[in-house]
Amino acid sequence: MADNTEILSGLAEIVEEVAGIDPPEVTVEKSFVDDLDIDSLSMVEIAVQAEDKFGVKIPDDQLAELKTVGDAVDYIAKNQ
Amino acid sequence: MNSQVEVVVTGTGATTPLGGDVASTWEALLAGRSGVRRIEADHPWVDEFDLPVKIAAPLAVDPLEVMPRVEARRLDRAEQVAMIAAREAWAQAGLGEPGDAQVDPERLGVVIGTGIGGVTTLLTQDDLLERTGLRKVSPLTVPMLMPNGPAAWVGIEFGARAGVHSPVSACATGAEALHWAMKLLRAGEVDVVLAGGAEACIAGITVAGFVQARTLSRRNDDPERASRPFDVDRDGFVLAEGAGVMVLERADFAAARGATVLGRLAGTALTADAYHITGPEPEGEGQARAIAKSVRDAGLEPADVGHVNCHATSTVAGDVGETRAVRKALGDHPVLTAPKSALGHMVGAAGAVESIVTLLSIKEGIIPATLNLEKLDPGVTLDVVAGEPRKMDLAAAVCDSFGFGGHNAAVTFTRV
Repeated sequence: MADNTEILSGLAEIVEEVAGIDPPEVTVEKSFVDDLDIDSLSMVEIAVQAEDKFGVKIPDDQLAELKTVGDAVDYIAKNQ
Repeated sequence: MNSQVEVVVTGTGATTPLGGDVASTWEALLAGRSGVRRIEADHPWVDEFDLPVKIAAPLAVDPLEVMPRVEARRLDRAEQVAMIAAREAWAQAGLGEPGDAQVDPERLGVVIGTGIGGVTTLLTQDDLLERTGLRKVSPLTVPMLMPNGPAAWVGIEFGARAGVHSPVSACATGAEALHWAMKLLRAGEVDVVLAGGAEACIAGITVAGFVQARTLSRRNDDPERASRPFDVDRDGFVLAEGAGVMVLERADFAAARGATVLGRLAGTALTADAYHITGPEPEGEGQARAIAKSVRDAGLEPADVGHVNCHATSTVAGDVGETRAVRKALGDHPVLTAPKSALGHMVGAAGAVESIVTLLSIKEGIIPATLNLEKLDPGVTLDVVAGEPRKMDLAAAVCDSFGFGGHNAAVTFTRV
């Protein structure tokens, strides 16, 4: 089981791979859409990669609720 | 000249089997280099399916070498090459930063087509679906395989809000795009258009399909001599990939912003054979009509046209028929060349890249040689440049392109 710090850095790696954003930019308070400029198509890719990396399921209705990086970290921590 | 709105070329961009830009492509053409090579080392499907064709003309510069990784992963290869060519053309035209350009976005259009579309994406994603199921299929699959994708990405890049269009007419696509761009400019709907074609379809299924249609050269043991338009020993075309884009604008608009003009797009025409889905009409009547109409559209007489940059793909049926069409349309005097001898056949990009070559021939006063023309087919009675490039003072030249489906396109360029 990954702790929150590991989840954050793992997510940052995925975001870097999919959207080319520097990992230090990916912090818990950032909004995927408004701050990191990630579109809905890239969010689907990020979710699929996060599912594989952390062994979680992120259904579409949950994905829509993950507005910030922190939301995603919390969701993964709770559901892994 | 006719009374139509005058249209000029102010920028050109290309990435081809001979070079990653227009200058390197042109230099290689004049040097007589070939872009054709064996491909089985890069494409395992050649051996996997024991395909009888093991040659193609891949890009000289891989898009990933010049495009940021994250951008590249969102774009199909056909979209990547369109973007690379469009950026070069835009930069040469000196239109400024996208978003703060010298043209009103609502007066900027895009007409960029592809013959096949994102076939490598389609194959890759279908493999993923079959092997791993839905989850691994990219959400970008549809925008990557759609044939309007190259035009759409270029439109987004440069903020072209007047309209983004994607003509599709197989191997005539690139030239057809110039035709519709011309129409938009003359109709006064736009001031500037990015126009051309893009193709990246070197894949097992396309090669297999062309093989089954008996259209590809099988000269695997001598790749650089495989594409030999007008030569008596030609045995088919060589599949290539690439893109060509021109910046076209109203002459008055270009003059007002002080742009450097490379040449004029003086006339364009499209016709159709309505005859056979792949074979050209044997008398070349539809091709001749396209060539003649394009010259008339330019306000010129056949005698004014000194040179035709031919479609000539190196197929047995096509090449000779085309020379008959040129004779019928223009007479015996035009000097011909066939750049596919060096570039291979870039399908939907061919007409755009070859239009750039035609423009440069006029501008520089030199016609690249047709490679591998050792023994002229006796059916060809016109003068074909072979061996060495030929210096020639050209006031006007035609580039023609024909596509599966019976599409005939011809564009006429003139000197500034």
